[in-house]
Amino acid sequence: MVYDEVVEIRFHGRGGQGVVTAANVLVDALLKAGLYGQAIPFFGAERRGAPVVAYARVSKKPIRTRSSIKSPSVVVVLDSKLSELVNVLEGLKPGGVILINSPEKLDIKKGFKTCYVDAVKIALRHNLMLSGWALVNMPIVGALARILEVPIEAVENSIRERMEGKIGELNAIAAREAYNEVVCVE
Amino acid sequence: MALKTLTGNYAIATAVKLARVKVISAYPITPQTTIVEKLSEMIELGELEADMIRVESEHSALAAVYGAASGGVRSFTATSSHGLLYMHEMLWWVAGARIPIVMAVVSRTIGPPWNIWTDHSDVMDHRDTGWLITFVENNQEALDETIKLFRITEDKRVYLPGIVALDAFILSHTTEPVDVPDQSLVDAFLPPREQPYVFRAGNPLVLGNIPRDLKWNMRMREDVHKAMERAKKVIEEADHLWEKIVGRRHGGLTECYRCEDAKHFMIGVGAWVGDMKEAVDYLRDRFGLRVGLIKVRYFRPFPSEDIIKWLNNAASAVVFDRSISPSVGGPVFIEVLASLASAGVRTPVRGVIAGLAGVDVTHEDLANVMLTSISEVEELGAFKQNVLWFYGGE
Repeated sequence: MVYDEVVEIRFHGRGGQGVVTAANVLVDALLKAGLYGQAIPFFGAERRGAPVVAYARVSKKPIRTRSSIKSPSVVVVLDSKLSELVNVLEGLKPGGVILINSPEKLDIKKGFKTCYVDAVKIALRHNLMLSGWALVNMPIVGALARILEVPIEAVENSIRERMEGKIGELNAIAAREAYNEVVCVE
Repeated sequence: MALKTLTGNYAIATAVKLARVKVISAYPITPQTTIVEKLSEMIELGELEADMIRVESEHSALAAVYGAASGGVRSFTATSSHGLLYMHEMLWWVAGARIPIVMAVVSRTIGPPWNIWTDHSDVMDHRDTGWLITFVENNQEALDETIKLFRITEDKRVYLPGIVALDAFILSHTTEPVDVPDQSLVDAFLPPREQPYVFRAGNPLVLGNIPRDLKWNMRMREDVHKAMERAKKVIEEADHLWEKIVGRRHGGLTECYRCEDAKHFMIGVGAWVGDMKEAVDYLRDRFGLRVGLIKVRYFRPFPSEDIIKWLNNAASAVVFDRSISPSVGGPVFIEVLASLASAGVRTPVRGVIAGLAGVDVTHEDLANVMLTSISEVEELGAFKQNVLWFYGGE
């Protein structure tokens, strides 16, 4: 991607899944890749398990826009069940990309590119668990890097900087595996 | 250059650390809390040698740093919205005593109804206290201006406290790349604090007691006014010195964006100035309209001279305010009108009230308001309605 225009991304997850951290790690990785990013959390009545959103912007120039993101080019869904609760496709630009944490391709409306990655399986492979939940946010950032054409090394380094020791290492490995395993269909 | 990704709040905390602040006190309130949380963490990790005074309210937080600053120590506090209102009385005591303190205000709507999103009502409610007030556009400016504000407020020509205001969430909690200058550069920019009188144990002083002659009292208020006027030059100097040492400038009291050949002007303060710049580009590229933007960086002291200079021969100006003084208009609009009237400039000015309570305003919205306003003023030579409420495009 050339990023002449600002690319806007919306993340859907559940409270506790780490969507804000995912957006922040993405922006760190963009900086390492020579791009500018903005990670924008959205705060409401958050509680564990409830649907939450976060946003990000990507550009090759510093980003001046501060208004909210209504029609993203990319939607990232950390829990496929969320689509039963919220319209995850709302405002998605025609030809836009939807990246879902799912073991298999899901039926998505025509006109969008669908990408899926089994982030749960990848997380469990490395025993990335917290309070009974698989930690899927870093694998999702890895898969997103593939879609955004950001080098996976940038993501791995950002994860290692944010999370020290073994946990950082395992998350970095999980991100790379998701980067390699993500599948996209038109 | 050391680019790091920081939220607006972490940019402020980083600036406070680089300024070698010695005393911090604050009471938590959304969306300010992460500033002092970060500072507590820095103190705990030994990265910042400072005392954090825990208090039971914002009123006490400012009272605590007022005491520390009276003792000659560089001090900092931060708050937001209702917290700032609860502090209100102490703002007068600090300014009246001419004690430099820097406070970050994460500008957030005042209730009711309960609301955590950005508008500028909380800051504007304090415009007459005698505090310098600067609004920042992005996280880089949040960091830079906080450091600069220590130098400006501690300058002997000023000796007034200052507020650095940043928009709730769209800056405070948004992560973006920020260049964090080396400590050595900040040390070269920011000299150790000096003040004309320092409260010390064993050397008693009386401050703020009932004056024998009421004219002394009035004279002190005049001095605040004069110091605020002198601050204009100090702000410009600090901006140039920061550029010399760190290599970056944001402008002094104002930044004028694409103003050279501009006929019509947008005017605003705060983070949405970024969206206004997008609107200026859009109006020029798409419609060939000669539009410029005056970003008011300092609301106190107010840059009347800059406003007069840019609007003297302008065809029109539209001021966007994120707060309202009911029955009159937005605070920035009022100051622009007063500035122009004082110089006999008769450029038509419209005040647009938008984005109150965190209502979203896009650059397309801003451009559409400009398109309507420009066609109106070109047809009639004036605005039909001087104060316009705008709720956004949908």
